[in-house]
Amino acid sequence: MLYRESGQFKTSYPADQAIFTIKQDRWFFALLMLAAFVGIPLVATDYLYTALIIPFLCMALAALGLNILTGYCGQVSLGTGAFMGVGAVAAWNLAFRVPELNLLVVLVLAGLVAAAVGVIFGLPSLRIKGFYLAVATLAAQFFLPWLFTKVGWFTNHNSSGVITVPRMTLFGWEINTPMEKYLFALGVVTILALAAKNLVRSNPGRRWMAIRDMDIAAEIIGIRPIVAKLSAFAVSSFFIGIAGALYLFVYLGSAEPDGFNINLSFQALFMIIIGGLGSILGSFLGAFFILLVPIFLTRVPPLIGLDMSTAAIAHTEVMVFGALIVFFLIVEPHGLARLWQIAKEKLRIWPFPY
Amino acid sequence: MAFFLEVLIGGLMAGVMYSLVALGFVLIFKASGVFNFAQGAMVLFAALFFVGFIELGLSVWLALPLTVLVMVALAWAVERLVLRHLVNQEGIILFMATIGVSYFLDGFGQSIWGSNVRQLDIGLPTDPIFLMDGDILIQAFDLWAALVAGSLLVALVLFQRTSVGRALRAVADDHQAAQSVGIPLNTIWIIVWSIAGLVALVAGVMWGSKLGVQPAIVSLALKALPVLILGGFTSIPGAIIGGLIIGAGEKLAEIYIGPFFGGGIENWFAYVLALGFLLIRPQGLFGERIIERV
Amino acid sequence: MTATAKKLGDVMLRVENISLSFGGVKALTDISFDIREHEILAIIGPNGAGKSSMLNCINGFYHPQQGSITFRGQTRSRMKPHEAASQGIARTFQNIALFKGMSTLDNIMSGRMLKMHSGIIASAFYKGPAEREQIAHRAFCEKIIDFLEIEAIRKIPVGRLPYGLQKRVELGRALAAEPTLLLLDEPMAGMNLEEKQDMCRFILDVNDEFGTTICLIEHDMGVVMDISDRVVVLDYGRKIGDGPPDEVKHNQEVIDAYLGVQH
Repeated sequence: MLYRESGQFKTSYPADQAIFTIKQDRWFFALLMLAAFVGIPLVATDYLYTALIIPFLCMALAALGLNILTGYCGQVSLGTGAFMGVGAVAAWNLAFRVPELNLLVVLVLAGLVAAAVGVIFGLPSLRIKGFYLAVATLAAQFFLPWLFTKVGWFTNHNSSGVITVPRMTLFGWEINTPMEKYLFALGVVTILALAAKNLVRSNPGRRWMAIRDMDIAAEIIGIRPIVAKLSAFAVSSFFIGIAGALYLFVYLGSAEPDGFNINLSFQALFMIIIGGLGSILGSFLGAFFILLVPIFLTRVPPLIGLDMSTAAIAHTEVMVFGALIVFFLIVEPHGLARLWQIAKEKLRIWPFPY
Repeated sequence: MAFFLEVLIGGLMAGVMYSLVALGFVLIFKASGVFNFAQGAMVLFAALFFVGFIELGLSVWLALPLTVLVMVALAWAVERLVLRHLVNQEGIILFMATIGVSYFLDGFGQSIWGSNVRQLDIGLPTDPIFLMDGDILIQAFDLWAALVAGSLLVALVLFQRTSVGRALRAVADDHQAAQSVGIPLNTIWIIVWSIAGLVALVAGVMWGSKLGVQPAIVSLALKALPVLILGGFTSIPGAIIGGLIIGAGEKLAEIYIGPFFGGGIENWFAYVLALGFLLIRPQGLFGERIIERV
Repeated sequence: MTATAKKLGDVMLRVENISLSFGGVKALTDISFDIREHEILAIIGPNGAGKSSMLNCINGFYHPQQGSITFRGQTRSRMKPHEAASQGIARTFQNIALFKGMSTLDNIMSGRMLKMHSGIIASAFYKGPAEREQIAHRAFCEKIIDFLEIEAIRKIPVGRLPYGLQKRVELGRALAAEPTLLLLDEPMAGMNLEEKQDMCRFILDVNDEFGTTICLIEHDMGVVMDISDRVVVLDYGRKIGDGPPDEVKHNQEVIDAYLGVQH
């Protein structure tokens, strides 16, 4: 009743190719944007920003990057954490050594550095696939943090190895409260998500998906695997690098390179598995879900009278993640995004059952 | 020269430990085509139960079969709850499922037994042995570990020749085809994972004795992955040789190349070595070439 | 329907003394034949005769140990598949090689890949040159979709389509590249009579309207006799017949090969 396509005719190809072809979807998205840019700043508390919303934005962007590489192009990577580290270290060095640079320029340059590193560590994908490639990306994951810790220049020879973010200003607007950090991150992530959506529905996206689905056939229709795979690594690392820079700048504030470790890589992988491989929306859903679980586990048991030690909560968290991964892979390999699609399809015919 | 030999032998011994974990991987991969990321967690799981039983007062001779039972139960549970539902899915889906299993086992084992480091003593000698008139120092324990790994290798190779071993190879090739000739897929999987569990137990006991039973074992187990790349994912002898090369290579690199970089190379050397290998010879030293047809 | 009214052009593809072996197995031995522009050439032969291998050599997937292939005046011994594609050779496969995760429309659009030039940056912005290019090529692909009568399934992921429709989509993807030489590997395999008639109609229309040269592997003798201008017969990697369908039909060696006379 509410969600009907009938009467909505697309009379031109541009209308058919649009991101939201159904009017109700457009409304929903507009409302979502309104809620994000206006609603949340009105109601959210500082705690909510720092505990959930800001890390959500950063990790969603990282998940988005990883989804481009793994979900759309089929190249498994366990190096997400390290590439976030590259972006963070690059951004910090730029902001620290060249303070006059605009913050947005810093982010883009950091992304480009990460993209370059991504291409280098992506070269093995030309020869190997699947989990062999995953193991190769582990080389990046263990090498890069070591590099940043060992080579003092990256951390400005700081004895503790910790890099702390300088004051952030954008066109005169000083960003220091959680809400301001949130709005900044939100803007960056929204623009990049739009770019990602555009990429996956045009040529680059088709190239990547062709390689994922059957790379031999892709070569026969003229797609060069080297171009497709390396561009996937480059674009993916660009996104992940900026996510890492954001992670440092608006979430952590200060960090040591070791913090960008394999746990982040697994977190991002879990996000895209649960959220949905090969789906932009899925990256966001997965990020939200994964970040919600620890909060859920700390808040809910006391409410139902279950008293768990911090160690027990930590272990349960790990168990729940593992179980959820298996559950989603069995029940719905296309993740929450597919569940969302199914829900929309059911909504189309509501209140009729079929 | 003597110092070089000492580092080399020490590295080889460390490599044997990696091989023990890699063996479990190879078994499961050969038999079901599944890359079991949870092997490291299984090593910890087995070690935790074993040392836990001993701490509860059971003798080694009772704790051992009990832990074996636990690992078989684990194999049964993994088959029932995970593998059965993912038959004929692509390898990458199964791989990610084993990552999930790995996390689950990690948390589960520690919720039952806790995360403290525990000493494990199964009576193996820990005295140092001196070779070449006292110039080279090796641990007696390491020799025992090598012996254990060697016997395991022989046992597994012999096992492959049996009819069960053949059935395992059929399953690894094609699940549906194996089922259609009457091979009971589910039973085979339980057998394979149980054997891998046993291997994990052996690895867990050896590692636990050497380093103490602690959560860090899981990340050490990640080192088995470069071992597999060098040795080939489908080769049992390859797992041993790959382990030796990685172990020796790591230690030698740390001592001889490490100083140029300020040390700490051990963390990533194995992976970079494996990476280099992948570029030159993707199937490893002993693995099978993957042929793709359109 | 005879092909006598059609005007055949010059030799477009010449295959000379091609020999191909895999280890000790000789897949092809000293094969030579021509394909003329605008003609429909059928390659037939018992299973394992080397037909698919021959096609794989033509589009660069296999590299023959001996012999040469001259396509439009250019002789080459080794060529990569994407180079063959950029020279105007397109093909379909015996075991469908579609991108199962993408929709019908996306699969056909992917066939236009060589003609689309928007890069990463332009595509990320989408509005502007990238969108215009997408729309222009979409219009072309829609013509192919109309031609193949698959409008209803354009947004469905091809993995969900029945076998016969998948084969049609694969043909569409090959056509999207506007090839000069179209290689079809058993395009009618697994189809019923109606589907075969549709497929024949499409092949003939493509040859008629666009002048595309077609080389197809086919087992159905009725189809072969009906639509092809010339037939090449392979057996155990050797050529045992080459000529118009009627001539080949009466060739004793060909009859022996199919009936299974002892060699």
